[in-house]
Amino acid sequence: MKEMILLIVGGALINNVVLNQFLGICSFLGVSRDIKASASLGGAVIFVITIASAVASLLYTYVLAPFGLDYMKTIVFILIIAALVQIVEMFLKKKSPAIYESLGIFLPLITTNCAVLGVALTNVQNDYDFLQSVLSGFGTALGFTLAIVLLASIRSRLNEKDIPAPLRGAPIVLIAAALMSIAFMGFSGLSF
Amino acid sequence: MNKYVERLYNGIIKENPTLILLLGMCPTLAVSTRAMNGIGMGLSTTAVLILSNVVISLLRKLIPDSVRLPAYIVIVASLVTVTELVIEAFLPGLYKSLGIYIPLIVVNCIILGRAEAYANKHSVGLSLFDGLGMGLGFTAALTLAGLVREFLGNGSVFGFRVLPEAIEPMGIFVQPPGAFLVIALFIAVMNAIGIKTRQRQLVESDGCDMGCAGCAMAKDCAKAKGGEEK
Repeated sequence: MKEMILLIVGGALINNVVLNQFLGICSFLGVSRDIKASASLGGAVIFVITIASAVASLLYTYVLAPFGLDYMKTIVFILIIAALVQIVEMFLKKKSPAIYESLGIFLPLITTNCAVLGVALTNVQNDYDFLQSVLSGFGTALGFTLAIVLLASIRSRLNEKDIPAPLRGAPIVLIAAALMSIAFMGFSGLSF
Repeated sequence: MNKYVERLYNGIIKENPTLILLLGMCPTLAVSTRAMNGIGMGLSTTAVLILSNVVISLLRKLIPDSVRLPAYIVIVASLVTVTELVIEAFLPGLYKSLGIYIPLIVVNCIILGRAEAYANKHSVGLSLFDGLGMGLGFTAALTLAGLVREFLGNGSVFGFRVLPEAIEPMGIFVQPPGAFLVIALFIAVMNAIGIKTRQRQLVESDGCDMGCAGCAMAKDCAKAKGGEEK
């Protein structure tokens, strides 16, 4: 039980996927203008990463590894993720239009989010079993959501401030991310 | 200007993928801790970019328009796997220090972006030089970021200690926050001396925000923006 909690906390806080490993920077910077939108994207990312790490782990253990095809993992994983996003989108559209309405537009963006592929590959690299992969995927996605919602909140404050002209736009957002990253470095003390 | 030379100039200076177009931020931030890592990552990406541009340009009349993105992704993923195996075999040191960021070249926006914006419309020769120019531009930017971070954070240049031992380097610059800070300052300096990054042009035209706008998902990104206003 303790190990499970550690996996989630480690993925979310200690090795934060955005602020520590620089995965998913595109959407982190692109969609963080608005708190509501970033929370929706976070929800979609949690959904997709958790499912993708489960499917990738099963495929790797039962198909790729036994047949000695582990060098094919990059190709297989990226195709699974693309297909999975499509399936999730179709499923949600049919079964729960309300969730689809709130997540739908963000789902296609996730295919190119390198955090999804990154988590799948890291799980394989660390020899995680099925449960460990799902938990670390969930933790990582939680960390992504936390980071993007925090950044969106900071940005909504920044909008009202008088920022020096050369720093407007991308630079001030990156500086805010740098300060968040320093704060998150404090969590490395949590690792047991 | 010769149109092949023009492609190189365009990739390295005029539309530098990292500094002007602000694409491929993930690897830029992640591997620029050392100048050598920047060169290694840049050249690996350049190899994939040249090959994918050539292959996609060769196949541009064969791939049906409706399935072109999945086709491109498969081509790029195969080329990345080949590159990964070559690096693992011949440059094990580099393979270890770049780690997971080598397979992640697949999702680098620059590669799909060039396939979509250039290689599927132009001849093989021009696409090759476009890939070479863009790749070298990416390498130059990564190396520059790596040089600054390594000098400030480690007191060395390409692994050679240049600062006297008495001066303590600012370790934060080789840590994750340093990556965000250095890139932020690069863009701020370019803004200050009047070089227009694409992000600034976009702000003026109220387009998509930085990062994902140039990649194949720009349309969905715009849709996402439209959704926010509701």
